[in-house]
Amino acid sequence: MSRPPLLQVRDLVVEFATENGVLRAVDRVSFDVFPNETLGLVGESGCGKTVTGLSILGLIPSPPGRIAAGSIKFDGRELVGLPEREFRRLRGQDIAMIFQEPMTALNPVFTVGNQMMGVLRRYKGLSRRQARAAAIELLAKVGIPAPEKRVDEYPHQLSGGMRQRVVIAMALSCDPKLIVADEPTTALDVTTQAQVLEQIVKLQHEFHMAMILITHDLGVVAESCDRAIVMYCGRIAEKAEIGPLFARPRHPYTVGLLASIPRVGEHEREDLAVIPGMVPDLLHLPKGCRFAARCSRRQAGCEEALPELDGSDTSASCVACFHPY
Amino acid sequence: MTTLLEVRDLEKHFPVRGGLLRRVVAQVKAVDGVSFTLDVGRTLGLVGESGCGKSTLGRSILQLQRPTGGQVILEGQNLTTLGPDRLLAMRREMQIIFQDPFASLSPRRTVAQTIREPLDVHRIGTPVERNRRVEELLQIVGMRPAVLDRYPHEFSGGQRQRIGIARALALNPKLIVADEPVSALDVSVRAQVLNLIARLQREHGIAFLFISHDLSVVEHVSDHVGVMYLGRLVEMAEAKDIYRDPRHPYTQALLSAVPVPDPTRKSQRIVLTGDVPSPMHPPPGCPFHQRCPKVMDLCRRVVPPAVEVGSADRPHRVACHLSG
Repeated sequence: MSRPPLLQVRDLVVEFATENGVLRAVDRVSFDVFPNETLGLVGESGCGKTVTGLSILGLIPSPPGRIAAGSIKFDGRELVGLPEREFRRLRGQDIAMIFQEPMTALNPVFTVGNQMMGVLRRYKGLSRRQARAAAIELLAKVGIPAPEKRVDEYPHQLSGGMRQRVVIAMALSCDPKLIVADEPTTALDVTTQAQVLEQIVKLQHEFHMAMILITHDLGVVAESCDRAIVMYCGRIAEKAEIGPLFARPRHPYTVGLLASIPRVGEHEREDLAVIPGMVPDLLHLPKGCRFAARCSRRQAGCEEALPELDGSDTSASCVACFHPY
Repeated sequence: MTTLLEVRDLEKHFPVRGGLLRRVVAQVKAVDGVSFTLDVGRTLGLVGESGCGKSTLGRSILQLQRPTGGQVILEGQNLTTLGPDRLLAMRREMQIIFQDPFASLSPRRTVAQTIREPLDVHRIGTPVERNRRVEELLQIVGMRPAVLDRYPHEFSGGQRQRIGIARALALNPKLIVADEPVSALDVSVRAQVLNLIARLQREHGIAFLFISHDLSVVEHVSDHVGVMYLGRLVEMAEAKDIYRDPRHPYTQALLSAVPVPDPTRKSQRIVLTGDVPSPMHPPPGCPFHQRCPKVMDLCRRVVPPAVEVGSADRPHRVACHLSG
């Protein structure tokens, strides 16, 4: 990819001070996001995917958290150390976030229209009437039936799927260049998830946005992303385009994850492949490869040193493993 | 195969009170006329979206919530008419595993106390025997005896779920209702717990009612699968028949909506419009008709009865006018 990246994350380190010591949630993570593409951030709880997303928006609660090192460049502009005032403008206009639970993003005491109009008037300088018309148009865009009626309803009057659509409409309202979506469909039912995902992907193309899709669901990644990063214990295990990632996963963790999910339409009562053991405690990380204790390809050297990603920061696919597939 | 559990026309309606006099103004029909049988040592998977009544069905079967109609017959005994003493005795045969391993274990009890509780309640064996049984149970679920005196907060989600499973096994039940037992777990841990459940079933001959919204997990563990929508079973068949040859338009849509971890397989997705209607105001006729892509005029007026589309040795029931 020769285009300049929209977002460039380099050697990002995020740490949290806890009672039991400093916990490194994200450890030297580097990646690029290009315009118009969807990048998946996948991994299990505690792998650092959400913290990575929050740092891009300057939303790491500080204290106890802080970006200890690294750089995040958005459109050529350094975000690490950006004053909160400037971050606010950026968050409204250029980068938007969609959270897992829509009620965390909606205010229960204001109508849907009221909340949307606030954003539109503030950042786009629209009049009341213009803002209302724009809000209705956006609600229609995200597939809400009877938007002219819904615009005057309160969040509690809407179903979960509808609420998430409203949040998406709000995120879109200022034509952001980048959307960070953290498990946007996890709280929704399967059929609603399908509707909402479809809508997000459609709108992303229509608005030419880039998106970082944070999820634990490899199915969602396969269906909606162009590239994906697999994270484990705060580090990138593997980074690749979707096709090769699913066809020829290279990191033993990716291989294990893919093997351990039952798939619809493959009715087998045999045991699922299992990744033995569990994720190590981030406060007591091993010296060597963090996956070594659970890895089937482990060799003597794996517990001694931490594997770095092969290839350069800009290469399309790379893996952090001494003995990859 | 011998029948372990038979559920006949089970109903659980909740009254909705309103107005000044708190009169009953409506009924939420959470479970509305569900019938099925479950054989000894087999697994029935129950799928459906939130609010379809699958958890209420599980609890009504165990009499944790008393059903408002119908019968639950476990080993020839109708549980719905049993008094508290007889019911307590029957509880030895049926246990439950909950979804949230963080909420279902008391933070003030050690692992040993938690697992021993059912043995204490039912006064089984001497204290020494109970402690021995607790150690044995821990071993069955793959944990070391060293954890006996530790508290739930010291464990990860997967380990807590193992403790919950050990507790459910304590009385050697014949039936376990597992309500979303792996939904709160990470992918790699989920596979461990699913394999554990499969092994317990093989080795101990326990029948499972496995409730989940995750269709791929249900397919993996189940012999038979029932699909619920708005308090009713809309389709029920052997697992492979449900997944290979779904007959109800809702089952078809549900299956097509599951994201597949394979980018080369572009799914033929049936995207449903609208949301599940409120169970307080179910639509007339077929409960699914407002969202059904194949809706006919008849569907808006008449509730479709369950019809048999399979064979005598391989039943496949569908509640849809298109199959009638």
